[in-house]
Amino acid sequence: MTPSRATLSIVPEPADRPVKLSVRGVRKSFTTGSGTRIAALEDVSFDVATGEFVCLIGPSGCGKSTILNLMAGLELPDEGQVLIDGRPIVEPGPDRALLFQDPALFPWLSVRQNVEYALRLTGLGPGETHDTADGWLAKVHLSAFADLQPHELSGGMRHRAALARALACQPDVLLADEPFGALDAQMREILQKELQLVWTELGNTFVFVTHNVREAVFLADRVIVLSARPGTPLEEYRISTPRPRSFEDVLVAKVVLDIHEHLAKEVERAAREEGLRPGLA
Amino acid sequence: MPRAKRVFDQVWPRAALVGAILLVWWAVYETGLIDPDKLPSPADVWNAFTSNLTGEDGLLPAARGSLIRLAFGLSVAVVVGTLIGFAMVASVVVQRSIGTLMTALQALPSIAWLPLAIVWFDFSERAVMFVVFIGGVPAVAIATAISIRQVPPTLTRAARTMGAKGWTLQRTVVLPACVPGYWTGLQQAWAVAWRALLAAEIIRVGAARGLGHLLESSTQDLDLSLIIAAMGVIVVIGLAIDYAFSVVDRRIRGKRGSLVPA
Repeated sequence: MTPSRATLSIVPEPADRPVKLSVRGVRKSFTTGSGTRIAALEDVSFDVATGEFVCLIGPSGCGKSTILNLMAGLELPDEGQVLIDGRPIVEPGPDRALLFQDPALFPWLSVRQNVEYALRLTGLGPGETHDTADGWLAKVHLSAFADLQPHELSGGMRHRAALARALACQPDVLLADEPFGALDAQMREILQKELQLVWTELGNTFVFVTHNVREAVFLADRVIVLSARPGTPLEEYRISTPRPRSFEDVLVAKVVLDIHEHLAKEVERAAREEGLRPGLA
Repeated sequence: MPRAKRVFDQVWPRAALVGAILLVWWAVYETGLIDPDKLPSPADVWNAFTSNLTGEDGLLPAARGSLIRLAFGLSVAVVVGTLIGFAMVASVVVQRSIGTLMTALQALPSIAWLPLAIVWFDFSERAVMFVVFIGGVPAVAIATAISIRQVPPTLTRAARTMGAKGWTLQRTVVLPACVPGYWTGLQQAWAVAWRALLAAEIIRVGAARGLGHLLESSTQDLDLSLIIAAMGVIVVIGLAIDYAFSVVDRRIRGKRGSLVPA
């Protein structure tokens, strides 16, 4: 597709892995408060392989979150299909956990009870959840904070708790919508490293939306760059650097620059187009 | 901060206020500017309070009578109001019809229902209950509906992606999440019901004695000291109930980290 893709694929593509999620010709538009229809996604198609970590990146308003909501089953496409294991996604389910920018922990439950809540939904009995919840909390280094209320945790710890709760559902697919977007740079880096470790161990299929190029390249097997609204895949980069990665890896740095350049051009193009068609979008 | 200091910080402004009121009152009384027949001294009121505490026409039995009415009328109002509130959230049609009615009722002081209530139920207990009920229901219904609508969508979205839906979602997320707002609504509803109750009692509605009746009968007897003593009891009961609500409210909000310091 592009030269950059060819040069970066040091490790051959794992073609043997079956497709987990499939987006086929999806269109989606919204009606704004003033009644105008806005096309959020236009003819979006891509696949995510089982156990693959895909980052979606693009200018703000490009429909990244919409793709995620479609995969979660919180919204349905106007046209086309979103499939999991070949079946259309029609509603949310515990096989797909979603992480938000807001950790969305239940404030009336303790940290452990928040994880237990997810476990109860998977069908575990009341007597079995306590130790299992502690196991997940240990994975995100929150064992010592299990009995605290969410508001007693720092922002970063709340995100870890939300991750533990999402993992406790043992989902096939993890979906994340800019989960670290509201954190400071240091905390974000710490959590990105932790997420990489946890994911390397568990190997869930992961679709991660971000507008942070460095974050995308650091975490992903594949970065899909979306166009400005209406969003459509422009380019994809396969990141083959072995894990655990560090932010200093030369290859990672090179791809970050490439994507940055690409995104900047796209934003510029969109801005120019919008300037030519005042009143639209 | 040590506990003693905290308690002291809580108590002294209130004690100072009571002291200041008593001092001004006593000073005005001593100057003789106001006819002692129209303004009794603090000591007179205290005497009226202590000597009329018990007995058939006493303050305590009257307070008991009023509180029993309040408890009964408010309980019915809370049950009915909560159900109406749920229905308002569940159905747009109910919101537009019954919801509008609730707002309309809130605009009407519950005492305005008394003439009708007396015609319908005579000067009976049922008339008092009706007025308390009609005062409490809209407050509870509107608070219920608002508290449910204000449940953060991020919480329900998170629960849905974990597989919660239908009744499970309502029971495990929506209901616990709306508790603080609902409790605030109850705190307002009881005050509305309490005022409606006393107003009805002053117009001699209801058979048993209540604080409102006591106010009315001491007006007949021109017993100003007892009137002021009864008003004091009404205020103290109000403060006590409000305090009880606040204690629970602080517990609810404190646990969730949404406590506004006051």
